[in-house]
Amino acid sequence: MAKRRSRAKLNMMQTPRAESWVKVRPGGLWIEPGDFFIDPTRPASRAVITHGHADHARPNNGHVLATPATIAIMQARYGDQAGATLQSLPYGQDLTINDVKLRFVPAGHVLGSAQVVLDWRGSRVVVSGDYKRSFDPTCDAFEPVEADVFITEATFGLPIFRHPDPQDEIAKLLHSVSLYPERSHVVGAYSLGKCQRVIALLRRAGWDQPIWLHGALQPLCELYERLGIPLGDLRPATTAKKNDMAGQMVLAPPSEISERWSRRLPDPVTCVASGWMQVRQRAKQRGVELPLVISDHADWDELCRTLHEVVRGEVWVTHGREDALLRMAELEGMKARALRLVGFEDDEA
Amino acid sequence: MRRFAELLERLNFTPSRNGKIRLLVDYFDHEPDPDRGWALAAITSTLSLPTLKAAAVRDLVLSRVDSELFAWSYDYVGDLAETVSLIWPKQHGVNVPAPTPTEVVDAVSRASRADAPKLLETWLDACTASERFALIKLLTGALRVGVSARLVKTALAERAKIDVAEIEEVWHGLEPPYRELFDWLEGTGPRPDPDHRAAFRPLMLANPLEENDLRNLAPQDFRAEWKWDGIRVQLAARGGSERIFSRSGDDVTRVFPEITEEMTRFDAVLDGEMLVARRDGDGALVVAPFNDLQQRLNRKAVTAKMVQQYPAFVRLYDILADGTEDLRGLPFDQRRARLEQWFARMKPVHMDVSPLVPFETWDELEAKRAAARDAGIEGLMLKRADSLYVAGRPKGPWWKWKRNPLTLDVVLMYAQRGHGKRSSFYSDYTFGVWRPADDGSLELVPVGKAYSGYTDEELLQIDRWIRAHTTDRFGPVRQVEPGLVLEVEFDSIHRSTRHRSGVAMRFPRIARLRWDKPAAEADTIETVTKLVT
Repeated sequence: MAKRRSRAKLNMMQTPRAESWVKVRPGGLWIEPGDFFIDPTRPASRAVITHGHADHARPNNGHVLATPATIAIMQARYGDQAGATLQSLPYGQDLTINDVKLRFVPAGHVLGSAQVVLDWRGSRVVVSGDYKRSFDPTCDAFEPVEADVFITEATFGLPIFRHPDPQDEIAKLLHSVSLYPERSHVVGAYSLGKCQRVIALLRRAGWDQPIWLHGALQPLCELYERLGIPLGDLRPATTAKKNDMAGQMVLAPPSEISERWSRRLPDPVTCVASGWMQVRQRAKQRGVELPLVISDHADWDELCRTLHEVVRGEVWVTHGREDALLRMAELEGMKARALRLVGFEDDEA
Repeated sequence: MRRFAELLERLNFTPSRNGKIRLLVDYFDHEPDPDRGWALAAITSTLSLPTLKAAAVRDLVLSRVDSELFAWSYDYVGDLAETVSLIWPKQHGVNVPAPTPTEVVDAVSRASRADAPKLLETWLDACTASERFALIKLLTGALRVGVSARLVKTALAERAKIDVAEIEEVWHGLEPPYRELFDWLEGTGPRPDPDHRAAFRPLMLANPLEENDLRNLAPQDFRAEWKWDGIRVQLAARGGSERIFSRSGDDVTRVFPEITEEMTRFDAVLDGEMLVARRDGDGALVVAPFNDLQQRLNRKAVTAKMVQQYPAFVRLYDILADGTEDLRGLPFDQRRARLEQWFARMKPVHMDVSPLVPFETWDELEAKRAAARDAGIEGLMLKRADSLYVAGRPKGPWWKWKRNPLTLDVVLMYAQRGHGKRSSFYSDYTFGVWRPADDGSLELVPVGKAYSGYTDEELLQIDRWIRAHTTDRFGPVRQVEPGLVLEVEFDSIHRSTRHRSGVAMRFPRIARLRWDKPAAEADTIETVTKLVT
């Protein structure tokens, strides 16, 4: 059951309803009294960015506020176009923008990912950005913060999405390597977050051999290392000889694993690390030989658990499969609403 | 259940035959008896458990999950067993280990129909999602992992470093959980005695005849018979049990009840071709195109109507056993005489003996082969008069001399990505020929699909061409400009109501790439229609 703060404990002053100050505009979620957008989908004069994925952190905003790691990621990706002015704010520090108090709290999604905690005249709204609750050695863990309105994503908002323990998935991958020692294993992984998480999980599972990278994955791996996330011996896949790649582990963007690029590898076992791999037909359609259910988004159980922990008023759903989550909230007696924000990727690749 | 679940999952996603064999060998190496034996039975469909109805599984899940949430989920996933396995909310505090395959088989065999759902419920709470999937598939009786019984036997044979024919020979005398088999294969037990009750005898196969082979063969050493275009079968009737086996040893008895009924009258093992054949107005037997036989093979249940519409018929080639007497050690001529005597004695219905084709010289035989236009004839078989019946494909005693293939120049229309090693290539091609459109212009209509016949180098060239000439994409399929002409070869072409063009090809493959030929000069539907048999 959702926890609700009793009326008596509230300020004597009338607390504003969240709808009156957090609004959906064509450019995204707009915080009216602070006059800024969160993860705007078109260039905004003032933008607060939850994390570095391209559908949340877009180039060419005016003033950008984000965590130091997210700023670094945006600079690496967009260079001069990361934003006219960049301001970094570490987790846990308060900043007041025209009366609106703002604070970043770890979201556990990728390095630097943050929830945005907003307080205005006694009303608290938390914007989750993308988040997960499962183990990830490459970023700070999600921190629950109670809110009058919790604005959540619902990428995996169907009760069939129950992500297994990522370390078990890595064990499957390593078992496969021992089964096919003459083949290489190529793992499709999104370049920001998933790639580094898979590498870190492999290292924890004892894989200390070099890991070979597609060129598109190298810059962000280097950045992660500079930001203090050790990833071990990484090498560009283009420098290897085909015959030396038997039994080796290669990472590439998911779009490349079945493309001409992969022909440089000896009979590769194609693997994809993604939450979507949970559904067999989806994995099969993509010709994946070893699906690895490793997701950087909350699964159904994590979504439900999070709502129970933090919602003391309402839940708003930004994007994803909101119908089932709204239904769940209704069954649990929570007030829920779909924002239907557009411009966010359904596919975490 | 964990290993079994993992095996099913990986088999399902592994496209290559060798990859599948590796997975099976690894499983048999690590899973103890009798669990691996029950798994073997499940995969080869020899496990008969009282099956659970899908409706019972659905009722069970709806007792725990909101029906609306379930409906959205099922709609998204599309498969009941998979939806249930993923959505199943475990009861908290349940801490029992997942059942082993043996525990499942034991409990279900003892349970009443009404108790089965209760058992399933307890197990679902104890399992992980992929174990739940394996469990539900096991209990609802359809694994569908894309592995034939033959492939599993091949894996067992490779693991034991013996020929797969040796396993085929004992297989049909064995029962799950196959303890005897594993003991024998691992050298800790004797070879199981197949007890010769309608057991499968591995077939003798022929090698294709190449152009120059005839020069080294003496016509007087050989007998010739027509190669009929059906499926090769072995009829085994012994001591009150009747079985029909396909070439690979799969039991297809169920599909041909009218033949099985006739087999109750005799004790013999026969080699022949299963066909669909009807009497024409004059009472002569006419073999129907392969397509008609396909109608029988594709159906799960054989209805009386099917039997009437597509009557099965066996054309006999050989006799391997007469009563308890094994004839495989006799030369072909003697077996042939025994077959004819046996047939004259038994006069079985729905069967005849495939006639020998008389000839003196290879030229004479070649002329007969070229003149044969019968839909049911695929070519000729040459068998040495002194050949013993030996399992497998020995080089020398038997040859198959196929009819020359037909060819057409067709236009590439769609290309699809391949699987496994070919997953980065567009390797499956749908091609078409020209036909007049309603407005009088010409349009392409698809007539077939091929994914073989080209060299690695040609595949690379076609792949490159496709990428540069794509006009549309549908998931793994690309539509291309009508610009590449392919010369396709095929054995025959038949009428088909399933295809838009009204025809279906048998064994189409790419013979040549006609880079030189403009698409407009490719063949038309009229030409195609003339080739239909």
